[in-house]
Amino acid sequence: MAVRVRVPTPLRKYTQGADEVNALGGNIKALVDDLEKNYPGIKERICDESGKVRRFVNVYVNGDDIRFLQNLDTGLKEGDSISIVPAIAGGR
Amino acid sequence: MSATLPNLRLVQSPTKAPKKVESVLDLIGNTPLLEIQRITDGIPARVKVYAKLEGLNPGGSVKDRPAWRMVQEGLRSGKLHAGKTILDSTSGNTGIALAMIGSVLGYPVELVIPANVSNERKIIINAYGAKVTFSDPMEGSDGAIRLCRQIIEADPEKYYKPDQYFNPMNPEAHYENTGPEIYRQTDGKITHFLAGIGTGGTIMGVGRYLKEVNPDIQVIAVEPDDALHGLEGLKHMASSIVPGIYHEEKLDGKFPVSTEDAYAMVYRLSQEEGVLVGQSSGAALFAALKVARKLETGTVVTIFPDFGDKYLTTNLWVGWRDRMAVGKMKFSI
Repeated sequence: MAVRVRVPTPLRKYTQGADEVNALGGNIKALVDDLEKNYPGIKERICDESGKVRRFVNVYVNGDDIRFLQNLDTGLKEGDSISIVPAIAGGR
Repeated sequence: MSATLPNLRLVQSPTKAPKKVESVLDLIGNTPLLEIQRITDGIPARVKVYAKLEGLNPGGSVKDRPAWRMVQEGLRSGKLHAGKTILDSTSGNTGIALAMIGSVLGYPVELVIPANVSNERKIIINAYGAKVTFSDPMEGSDGAIRLCRQIIEADPEKYYKPDQYFNPMNPEAHYENTGPEIYRQTDGKITHFLAGIGTGGTIMGVGRYLKEVNPDIQVIAVEPDDALHGLEGLKHMASSIVPGIYHEEKLDGKFPVSTEDAYAMVYRLSQEEGVLVGQSSGAALFAALKVARKLETGTVVTIFPDFGDKYLTTNLWVGWRDRMAVGKMKFSI
């Protein structure tokens, strides 16, 4: 499945500055692996050593938090819009 | 190490009696210094670690100090006067402080906040009557800074912008008050000062004061170890718009802390010291303890910028018991 992924500022160093990229995957786990293939280093920022999405990272599929769907197993369909959002902002 | 027995007197001494004040703003500052007594793994007995409890300011954070100082200067200089609206970008605590101050003084307050700050902060600011504009969560606090600039450019006469990232009164508040308080509270024995960096106001102002009274005092900034982090209120300087008030060359060092280590310290603080704080306090103490471990003797002071009540609905507490079995928390130093 080809989907669009919105990339937050802190991760754009991996995407050569792009705020949105195309990626492939039948579910979020496959999507993250595809991102890693094209943008090496990005997976480690999104997921911890055990492979789970880091606590301070939220991943949304068409606006819905995957924690309330099926987490990394959340299925994707053609044209879905994915957003990776740091849970909270920096600066006071 | 077991903690010393706390004071069990039922009647407080007269010096601890609550003071009578005219305004809630009179309660800003003079916060207590808490000795860390239990989370002292591997720290020599002759090294003391203290945290300044800035959550006891009336707006609930260290940000009451610079916000009030900046507004005072705005009034004194005439830049802030009747008819003006106070506007600034913030990820929360400065916004809360400005909303509180605006409420006391009768000035409208508008704030630009990234949409991904904690719900509690949004609710509190709303409760003080301030107007909030949300900026793109993908852009973080720098996105709020940029949107705030656009709003001002569209109607420059309407607003007074304290501009916490560039206003010298931000560090000045800490130079005038927080620094001297810490020096007094440690009877001048402080050897190391650590504080997280958001705008850099605390570390710059306190650091300048301490260096003036004793150049040997080490001043160390605490920052997230990566651009993508979960330490609300802190900035990863290398990947951010660097605040104009922040001068890294004045520091003795910077200490990177991972979000995971900071969160673990928050859990330990609530369970072992009875102090429920936000994630930036966890980061501050983690760094302070690491520094303390390397000393033979010394007095290490850090800042707890706020309490944990503003983060109860954030991911900080989601499934935390599963991740961190109580009583088995490792202190990975």
